[in-house]
Amino acid sequence: MFEIFGIPSNALFSQLLIGLINGSFYALLSLGLAVIFGMLNIINFTHGAQYMMGAFMAFFLLQYAGLSYWWALIVAPVVVGLFGMIIERTMLQWLYKLDHLYGLLLTFGLALIIEGVFRNYFGSSGLPYAMPDSLRGGQNLGFMFLPNYRAWVVVASLVVCLGTWFVIERTRLGAYLRAATENPTLVRAFGINVPRMITLTYGFGVGLAALAGVMAAPIYNVSPQMGSDLIIVVFAVVVIGGMGSIMGAIVTGFGLGVIEGLTKVFFPEASNTVIFVIMAIVLLIRPAGLFGRTA
Amino acid sequence: MKHLISMAALAAALACGSAQAQQLNVKIGVMSDMSSLYADIGGPGSVAAAKLAVADFTKDHPNVKVELVSADHQNKPDVGSGIVNKWFDSENVDMVIDVPNSGVALATSQVASQKNKLFIVSGAAASDLTGPKCNANTIHWTYDTWMLANGTGKAMVKTGGDTWFFLTADYAFGHALERDTSEVVEKNGGKVLGKVRHPLNTNDFSSFLLQAQTSKAKVIGLANAGGDTINSIKAASEFGIVSGGQKLAGLLVFSSDVAALGLQTAQGLSLTETWYWDANDVNRAWTKRWQGERPGKFPTMIHAGVYAGILHYLKARVALGGNPDGKTVAAKMKEIPTDDQLFGKGTIRADGRKIHDAYLFEVKKPSESKYPGDFYHLKATIPAAEAFRPLKEGNCPLVGS
Repeated sequence: MFEIFGIPSNALFSQLLIGLINGSFYALLSLGLAVIFGMLNIINFTHGAQYMMGAFMAFFLLQYAGLSYWWALIVAPVVVGLFGMIIERTMLQWLYKLDHLYGLLLTFGLALIIEGVFRNYFGSSGLPYAMPDSLRGGQNLGFMFLPNYRAWVVVASLVVCLGTWFVIERTRLGAYLRAATENPTLVRAFGINVPRMITLTYGFGVGLAALAGVMAAPIYNVSPQMGSDLIIVVFAVVVIGGMGSIMGAIVTGFGLGVIEGLTKVFFPEASNTVIFVIMAIVLLIRPAGLFGRTA
Repeated sequence: MKHLISMAALAAALACGSAQAQQLNVKIGVMSDMSSLYADIGGPGSVAAAKLAVADFTKDHPNVKVELVSADHQNKPDVGSGIVNKWFDSENVDMVIDVPNSGVALATSQVASQKNKLFIVSGAAASDLTGPKCNANTIHWTYDTWMLANGTGKAMVKTGGDTWFFLTADYAFGHALERDTSEVVEKNGGKVLGKVRHPLNTNDFSSFLLQAQTSKAKVIGLANAGGDTINSIKAASEFGIVSGGQKLAGLLVFSSDVAALGLQTAQGLSLTETWYWDANDVNRAWTKRWQGERPGKFPTMIHAGVYAGILHYLKARVALGGNPDGKTVAAKMKEIPTDDQLFGKGTIRADGRKIHDAYLFEVKKPSESKYPGDFYHLKATIPAAEAFRPLKEGNCPLVGS
């Protein structure tokens, strides 16, 4: 065993891996935000609340409908996504032409209301959600014990992220979407129902948040405020990656997870702040973010 | 002459009578975390407990009129002291109670001292409140970090857990709990191998737990609370910390945390509390009344402390009459012995520390739990005289002066 900066290599490797796992959550959440911002120009501050709703939905499905974790992975994003679409149809669609600030304020207000309602009914200390039996246990990698569940999270997150990137950047559907963002009138002239496409996109972004929520339920505390702490970090990730850049969101999500993981070894007290320090530096040097196109 | 004396006696009797029935107006402020990680251990439940205390007291003392106000300190010391300043200066609040989060409680205690009002701590844990930072306007009711360390810490060392690693919440409370527990561990022949300080409200503890794992310590002490403790224990069970032979010591675990973890994950955990809803018939009856406002929830020791603290405060106010300042009321509260249905008979010491028994519990297995809220086995009762830090050791300036 050798040492790097006074830290045993074993510890370092395990922290890198843990960082990657946390990065999977950042990536999933920032991906949803990037999709919504890139396609709708809405800064979706309800994202944290929607992530929380995904986790609660997993709890409800298990508790009241007897549906397992695997069902929740499909059902929760669909239900929460539908909820998102209702919000988009009834409220958000009126804001596209206005300044970003209006969308931000509306979604922030909605997030507070949703959290308040959940807190009122379920309290703040959270609900228990057991891990599915098939994912219990773990592998001894020599330098660390890797729980099967965490390995599953990394793989699932990578698949979903890359799949989303592929659909938006490399398929015809994605091309329509990107075209609709650039010039909705022209795309509509080709006979494409742009408003419906936008609604579905928002629903998809929200569904991604709910999916991350379901994946978080077995390992993190399922409580109404679980999203509000995370969302700020995720926004920083999106800003660093470049607002609206899909690949940027994915790469910085994983990257910052790793950097945060390392901070937890070298200077744990700063582990909540390190991402914001990086954000400040990136904004000074590249205001559009690492992967953003300069406006 | 005889006539005159009887007249005087009559007048005196009348004066006495009017003092007895004198109308007493009291205003109490319940300040708590209403909307974040500590809202279930204190929060709206503390307000419900305060209402019960007021109802019980005014039933026997119809001449006492109590007004209750409440506020959310958002776990920010500046917000908390702002609220308390406003309450004391312009809203005629006589006493502030609860205040989970030691950072906010220490700030509140300062304000109470400056304005010569009264502060009864139920929610906060830092033993500094009756130690170096004590003052004549603060009474610490329910529990503190020394008592938690002495209960859980000592029990763990005695059963072989003699090397420790701490996961500590990086603020006043966590530091106090870590310090008090380290002392107990070392005093009983154990050793502290290391510690890591994490920010309040951390989501993922796996990285910290891996550091704890590499330390090879027999016990991982969780010097944190609420959501942080829940996330630590969940991650520990996932990373096989306990099955790997290390033990977890939840230094501050509430029944609401056990509910959130589920017995499957929490079983076997040792913890110390001063009050448990299911301990006896009196507590169960009180819980039933409390649930009238908080259906489906179970009260914590903090809620019980708010109830008992208000009752004792009102007793002192009636004994004093009029509108005395905070120091006078605190002195009176220390002078008369405490006696209430939830904590039984007890006393308040010169440093402001309320003394009562503490209990060492173990979380039941899922198969042993018969009904909702059936969480604990009682392992040991720590008598009041041993449960809290000896008066001389606290370095409170009020002692021995």
